[in-house]
Amino acid sequence: MTINRLILITAAALLTFSQTSAADDTLTIGFTVSRTGKLNNDSIAQMRGFELWRDELNAKGGIAAGGKQYKVNFVSYDDESANARVQQLYTRIINQDKAQFLFSPYSSGVVATAAIVSEQYGRIMLTTGAAEEKTYKLGNKNLFQVYSSADLYLAGAVQAVKELNSKADVALVYKDDPFSKAVLQSARKQVTEAGLKTALDEAYSPETTDFGPIINKIVSAKADVLLGGGHYPDGATLARQLYDHKAGLKWVTLLVAPDSPNFATLGDAAVGVSVPSQWEPQVSFKPDFGPTAEEFTQRFQAKYAIEPGYHAAGGYAAGVLLQHAIEQAGTLDQATVADVLNKMDVTTMFGRTKFSTNPKEHGLQIGHEMVLAQWQKKDGKLVKEVIWPKAAKTADILY
Amino acid sequence: MIGVVASIIDGVLVGAVYGLAAMGLTLIWGVMNVINLTHGAMIVLGMFALYFLASALGLPPYGAVPVTIVIGFVVGVLVYWIAVHRVIGRAHLMSLLSTFAMNMVLIGLGTALFSTSPYNVPVPLPGITWRGYTFTGTHVVAAVLALLIAGLLYLLLYRTRIGKAIRAVADNREAAELNGIPTTQVLSFAFGLGVALASVSGTLIATLFPFTVLSGGAYELKSFVVTVLGGLGNPAGALMGGVALGLIEGVATPFMPVSWTPIIEFVLFVAVLILFPRGIFAFARS
Repeated sequence: MTINRLILITAAALLTFSQTSAADDTLTIGFTVSRTGKLNNDSIAQMRGFELWRDELNAKGGIAAGGKQYKVNFVSYDDESANARVQQLYTRIINQDKAQFLFSPYSSGVVATAAIVSEQYGRIMLTTGAAEEKTYKLGNKNLFQVYSSADLYLAGAVQAVKELNSKADVALVYKDDPFSKAVLQSARKQVTEAGLKTALDEAYSPETTDFGPIINKIVSAKADVLLGGGHYPDGATLARQLYDHKAGLKWVTLLVAPDSPNFATLGDAAVGVSVPSQWEPQVSFKPDFGPTAEEFTQRFQAKYAIEPGYHAAGGYAAGVLLQHAIEQAGTLDQATVADVLNKMDVTTMFGRTKFSTNPKEHGLQIGHEMVLAQWQKKDGKLVKEVIWPKAAKTADILY
Repeated sequence: MIGVVASIIDGVLVGAVYGLAAMGLTLIWGVMNVINLTHGAMIVLGMFALYFLASALGLPPYGAVPVTIVIGFVVGVLVYWIAVHRVIGRAHLMSLLSTFAMNMVLIGLGTALFSTSPYNVPVPLPGITWRGYTFTGTHVVAAVLALLIAGLLYLLLYRTRIGKAIRAVADNREAAELNGIPTTQVLSFAFGLGVALASVSGTLIATLFPFTVLSGGAYELKSFVVTVLGGLGNPAGALMGGVALGLIEGVATPFMPVSWTPIIEFVLFVAVLILFPRGIFAFARS
């Protein structure tokens, strides 16, 4: 080899290496989204929350930690609302894409699977869209739950019903999946403790599209109140079929589905249906950092042309909380950031956030409270109003 | 008590649609001894046909019914020539595999194009209310249309030349060929007809409930149960079997958790296979 060629090769090598070291510092966050399958409606809303946070943050220059600026880069895949895919994809995200932090997918069932993978590799995962408590009671170190847990979901509705009619007959009709079952397990106890009668208690398969038989049972049981549902497709179909069948219920609280702005497409079938909500645009928390609920709502609406529901807000909050933790830790080191998250007791546009540090239920959300929202007609248009707790309400209950 | 009656009526209404779906399966089975495993995919074809015709092209939902019959027929004839023609008369396993493979291709294509997200076609129709229970308008119309189409099939099979040819080929293919009937063309026609029935039943089901690309599977299973109930190759039996299945579902649901219904169906399936291998309604065959 001639000296000239050697010099050329060395120069090329040096150039290549110097180019890679001049690249931006990036922070990679990985997660899966259910772009297809039954969970897609709410999962995409959650993803939009993540993306809004990332875009705003990168526009400001990224996260500042330890004297460096980190731009946030997302690595995300479609998990098709399937557990098997979640397991494969999170393994890939951690091992091949080398994500430093993780967000969870949407819905307790798949989050439980993702949690197994994230704990196996010791990565911090902020879980949003996941309310089932069992996931946090299996002994974990790095899970942090943003949502209020499932047992609180229907507590408000039960209280409201008791006040309106202490002799009401309650039908509990819910989807046979981990989240809905967890919520209804607590709701069952809450209904009995409130002194209300349980007229019907039945789970339906997640594949159900024909709610006719169950609705006939509800009518036969002469129920006044329905508590239950599951996620978006079954909840929306159940609400529509309840209306078509004129089931004669005075109060319907369904999980998840009525919170999505898409629920308004049901038209008259939506009026009066209430939903336990992690967050509504009207809430008035004073955040310690980040935007207020109003500011977040405006920015979300400007970007996506629809109002955010609590799924999007949860996604956004996960980003805001992680950002704050990294900034406070001053480093991307997992142990230090986890330490900051464990000690956190803050208020954001989402509400109060405090993670449990009890090793038996690490990461469980113990600071956040839920509200009950109801679809009502205002000046001929369908709007979602907050009806419970009384301290937070924006309209009277429609019974 | 009234609840049970309401449930039975509901079950019978949906059962008529199940019967229509099964008629397609049993016709193909009876005429050419082929178990059409693309049956589920064809039902989904009908569902998506409704979605695109009604939502995208703005056709009134029930206007899509005749269109789907035509589409289903054309697709059926195509599937016949691609997957079935060469395996007729050979070992049963070959036609099973062939149609199974075709099914995988179709469902795979469908998933790639439409993913597994749920689709819905809202059909606003006033229902009939009776003593607190409402029978949705869509259920009633679907049942009426199912019976109408079944009636048309009967006319085709028993009052037209092509129907006679189909019955002849079903009876004895060689004898029919010897009599100058172009059996291959008749077989492809019959297959197309069977698929058309499956597709139109999918369209009717789509007016009742939301669906995904994978929904066909559940209705295909019900079609098998109904076909066994009604006797293989017996369209009239299939319709009665469908109504019977709907009736059983209607009777069972008020008394047990809804998730037990499939168990009842399949216990019935196995029982009929053991006790009445020719079908409960085999006597209805002319």
